[in-house]
Amino acid sequence: MNRFANPTRFMRISAAVLPAIGWLTALLLVVGLVLALFVAPPDYQQGESVRIMFIHVPAAWMALFVYANLALASAAGLIWRHPLAEIAAQEAAPLGAAFTLVCLVTGSLWGQPMWGTWWVWDARLTSVLVMFFLYLGYIALVHAFDDPTRGARAGAILAMVGVVNLPIIKFSVDWWNTLHQPASVFRLGGPTIVLSMLLPLLVMAIAFTILFFWLWLVRIRSAIVARKLRSLRLAGADDFAQLDASGGKPAGSYPS
Amino acid sequence: MENLTHYFAMGGYAAFVWPAYAVALIVLGGMALQSLRAYWRNLRQLETLQQERPGRRRGAR
Repeated sequence: MNRFANPTRFMRISAAVLPAIGWLTALLLVVGLVLALFVAPPDYQQGESVRIMFIHVPAAWMALFVYANLALASAAGLIWRHPLAEIAAQEAAPLGAAFTLVCLVTGSLWGQPMWGTWWVWDARLTSVLVMFFLYLGYIALVHAFDDPTRGARAGAILAMVGVVNLPIIKFSVDWWNTLHQPASVFRLGGPTIVLSMLLPLLVMAIAFTILFFWLWLVRIRSAIVARKLRSLRLAGADDFAQLDASGGKPAGSYPS
Repeated sequence: MENLTHYFAMGGYAAFVWPAYAVALIVLGGMALQSLRAYWRNLRQLETLQQERPGRRRGAR
């Protein structure tokens, strides 16, 4: 892992794999959507409304998975003080928030026809809502300091404390009474879901995972370029100050 | 045509299934678009800056 922590090497390797990951994302999404919308059968109880599952469940898995990545990157940033880990953590947060939002909204749209309500304050729904606010709180906290290093450090601590929410979300359906159904894929004794529905679900889950890694790479690269821009401009401003002090004129045009 | 109408009706759940897919498309698609556009904008600006100040290419971190 350390070999990739060098920003220059990271930029070179990520540039090489980025297009391939992008195309793989598109391909998997197309296959997954065709399976979810045309191939998968309607449920014997839920009818066609079950198709919401192929968005809702992968989005929920991603909400947890991205949070775990955010917390790991935060821990690495705190321990090794490595700027790349800090950037990685900060760029994961908006993606995780987006997946969590999709999970909450699609869950609501599924709950209304199946449970007769858009929302209940039970353990599963509330703990996922808390995670959504953790993502937003993390983003706000990171940008709340004038010194970006302090912001990154405060955010990292919040992200790591928030990890306690992950097992609560996962086991909430077993620990408390809830309208939400228990796990049917990742459970002891194997999945209870029929293959014709499991397959589209898994393809969509892989597609969402690759989508996340693709956008994560794009955002990390973007942030590294932005930092480079900032230091180039600062260097430019230094030159300008020196020229100004010596009474000379700047040779080139200066970036604003 | 009949088949198509039947399909889009989603067994009476059209008002829930299609908005769910639309929300996913808007939120995740919007996130992808925003990420890519910011990335391309930063790359373009870096290129312009380095062309204006070729000597700086190595010096700056």
